[in-house]
Amino acid sequence: MLEVNGLHAFYGKSHVLHGVTLEVGRGEIVSLLGRNGAGRSTALKAIMGLARAEGSVKFKGEEIAGMKPHQIAWRGLGYVPEDRAVFPDLTVRQNLLLGVKDPKAPGRFRLEEMFALFPRLEERALVPGGVLSGGEQQMLTLCRTMMGNPDLVLVDEPTEGLAPLTVAQVAQFLLEIQKRGVSILLVEQKLAIALDISQRLYVLGHGRVVFGGTPAALRENAAVRKEWLEV
Amino acid sequence: MEFTLISLLNGVTYGLLLFMLCGGLTLIFSMMGILNFAHASFYMLGAYLAFQLSAWLGFWPAFFLAPPLVGVAGALVERYGLRRAHRHGHVAELLFTFGLSFLAVEMVQLVWGKAVVDYRVPPSLEGTLFTLYSTSFPVYKGFMMLVSVGMLALLAALLAYTRTGLIIKAALSRPDMMQALGHDVPRIFTLVFAGGAALAGLAGVIGGNAFVTEPGMAAAVGPIVFVVVVVGGLGSLLGAFVASLLIGILQTFMVGWDYSIIDVARLFGMQLHSTSALTRLSLTQLAPIMPYLLMVAILIFRPRGLMGARS
Ligand SMILES: Nc1ncnc2c1ncn2[C@@H]1O[C@H](COP(=O)(O)OP(=O)(O)OP(=O)(O)O)[C@@H](O)[C@H]1O
Ligand SMILES: [Mg+2]
Repeated sequence: MLEVNGLHAFYGKSHVLHGVTLEVGRGEIVSLLGRNGAGRSTALKAIMGLARAEGSVKFKGEEIAGMKPHQIAWRGLGYVPEDRAVFPDLTVRQNLLLGVKDPKAPGRFRLEEMFALFPRLEERALVPGGVLSGGEQQMLTLCRTMMGNPDLVLVDEPTEGLAPLTVAQVAQFLLEIQKRGVSILLVEQKLAIALDISQRLYVLGHGRVVFGGTPAALRENAAVRKEWLEV
Repeated sequence: MEFTLISLLNGVTYGLLLFMLCGGLTLIFSMMGILNFAHASFYMLGAYLAFQLSAWLGFWPAFFLAPPLVGVAGALVERYGLRRAHRHGHVAELLFTFGLSFLAVEMVQLVWGKAVVDYRVPPSLEGTLFTLYSTSFPVYKGFMMLVSVGMLALLAALLAYTRTGLIIKAALSRPDMMQALGHDVPRIFTLVFAGGAALAGLAGVIGGNAFVTEPGMAAAVGPIVFVVVVVGGLGSLLGAFVASLLIGILQTFMVGWDYSIIDVARLFGMQLHSTSALTRLSLTQLAPIMPYLLMVAILIFRPRGLMGARS
């Protein structure tokens, strides 16, 4: 579904990704792990066309490297950024509606279904997005991206800074959208969750892929965990 | 009393016209992060186009055609000028808008000459709307007010209640995110720029015949437009609205007041002697510099402007 080949990314003169190669199959949850600053967020931004990049990114067989972010979004790729990027002055409802790309073609995920999954969002539908709690904002961004009916979503650290109960809710949500046929490329700091919900994982170190394999393989590979993940 | 009422009406009319000019500039500032020095040129272009089209087709076709034409000019400027300059940073953009404002003056002189052109209020809108005691209020002022209020109400409704308005607001605050959600942000920006230019053009269409249409008209309103945007708070539409009305009304009142500084001082219980030229200045004479005084005061005491978020 998504094939990334030899991806390099740059911020000005600094070279952050050095030839990343990875793959996400249809219906898979794939996690991208690594220490702070390893380049995980940059990888997602480069795929989405939001960072200057070189290399090949194929989505559903089509080369999307070099396209504008909105063109990439229209091809069915969704992005949930690390900073959540809620529109603070717009209401929760308006935030959600902005996720809809084409109002004439309703997708798999309607407003009502989002509200059913997260009743909290329905209660706060008319409240400005900026006053929501961190957890609520995370739900909001996830749902907003789903409103655009993506086939694959890039999700950047959705559980960062959340209470354990909310973390479980977010994990549950990711499994739910997977059940509905959406593939996920997940950047996750919490190893336990990543091992739990992913079919495969990659570990990034200094802008390179240093491990790729199943959760079982990573559990057994203490060397990789020690060298590239533990702090 | 009658003076107060009529001055208030005049001031509001002038203020609304100012806001038509400044509203677009404010939106464009929030979008690009720079002040567009060529914005007042669209005002001038609106007046000249209206003059020309009036001569060919009559006032009403000109009234409806000129603003969209200015909007198209704005879209072209954004798409083929500013967007390219943008790649080279803010300074390049600023210089581009500077250059454009000079170019606009030269072009206008080339086509229509250096003299004032005869762009007049149409006969159907001449005459007096009503007379209060002995002061009359012209029909055309009423028309200007109607057009500005109607246009601004329409725009406010568009921004507040439509999906397009929602998308514009969101794109101003987080263009990157909107882009990732599948919205063509560069196209939205072109649209906003064109809308701002068309609004300034409309101000030119209805202001050019009420005041004068000449090559210096952009330079004449340019400074006051910046004052409004700074006083209101960079990027704040509501702030620009309040500042436009404030400056419009204050200036109109000051022009009408025949008091000197001595009289004002006496009001506050101070006796000044009318020996120096300074104290003999009348408020009328001060009216033209009032906006700049206001701007300096705002920059000193409240640098982010009346309602601005950033300073
Ligand atoms: N906008 C930017 N400009 C310049 N350098 C950047 C920028 N964003 C990130 N970097 C640098 O790129 C490298 C990778 O950053 P990235 O955000 O991809 O890391 P990450 O793996 O997501 O880690 P974390 O999210 O925990 O910070 C870091 O060294 C970072 O300092
Ligand atoms: Mg990150």
